[in-house]
Amino acid sequence: MDTPSLSHLSVKDYAQIYEPAEDSFLLIDALEQDLIFLQKMKPSVCVEIGSGSGVVITAVAKALGTNSHCIAIDINPVACGVTQRTAQLNHTEVEVVTMDLMSGFHWDNRIDVLIFNPPYVVTPSEEILENKVYGDITRAWAGGERGREVMDRLFPMVPNLLSLYGAFYLVVISENCPDDIKRVMDELGFDMNIVKERKVRGEHLLVLKFVRK
Amino acid sequence: MKLLTHNMLTSKCLKGVNVGYPLGIVAKDIKVLETEFNSEFVLRIIPKLDWDTLWNAADSIGHSGDLPRTLCDDYENDVEFLKKAHHVLLEVEVINGELVCPESGRKFAINKGIPNMLLNEDEL
Repeated sequence: MDTPSLSHLSVKDYAQIYEPAEDSFLLIDALEQDLIFLQKMKPSVCVEIGSGSGVVITAVAKALGTNSHCIAIDINPVACGVTQRTAQLNHTEVEVVTMDLMSGFHWDNRIDVLIFNPPYVVTPSEEILENKVYGDITRAWAGGERGREVMDRLFPMVPNLLSLYGAFYLVVISENCPDDIKRVMDELGFDMNIVKERKVRGEHLLVLKFVRK
Repeated sequence: MKLLTHNMLTSKCLKGVNVGYPLGIVAKDIKVLETEFNSEFVLRIIPKLDWDTLWNAADSIGHSGDLPRTLCDDYENDVEFLKKAHHVLLEVEVINGELVCPESGRKFAINKGIPNMLLNEDEL
């Protein structure tokens, strides 16, 4: 899987959107490791929530080509525009929609691949609330209590989003309590496994994958 | 926004709206761009579609062409039909315009091909 070019982005863009970092690249590595699984699954619909620069969904779209319809979602309209440019400049097709998580999504059980690199950093809950009003780059990483407040809103929706053989990929850090996430998703009917993990600069990053039991 | 994406979107997150589907389309700019036809993909996506919504959306922006209004039983072997479906799903793009909630009339802007489905605090 090729890492898309981001040469069109500058410091000015990164003041408004999340600059791809170790977490983004670990996610791309995890998806690359799973590429044969993904190609065999023939996902007709792939969705990334919180696409930021668009580096991950563009890599996926390039790898799967015309076999999949790739959609990027971000709550930040600036990130949406940047994701669109990243896809275009890397000569691939990604549809972009501005929304909060999957709040404007109608289709039930028709997403084959769902990808989320959420705001996972442990912060005071107020940081999330303040962002709602002011909206700034903090939103890209502030995760509230245990870093779980945003991803916890998505979990109950996953059973209604994923197709029968669909897979959900999620980036977390150890502070998000992966064992507890496993328990939550188990109750929702999903098995969890760790696709990839890496320790970088005091962060223990993991890419988790969920499929129906 | 391609019509395949439109098929998936709803305004049900609005307070007081029950289904919010299908969203109306007011198209100010439409771009038609040829993309590579992949019959296997079209075959896999058709069972996921709400066909009425697709046809009505295409018709409302003047691009239904001779796409059949209902799916016939043996469409799998009809390459000409699959090409028409491909065209409507992936080659017709609304660049600027609005999506309209069918229940409340609330409008969602589409700018440079990106629909903005964000709501204000008091709409949740």
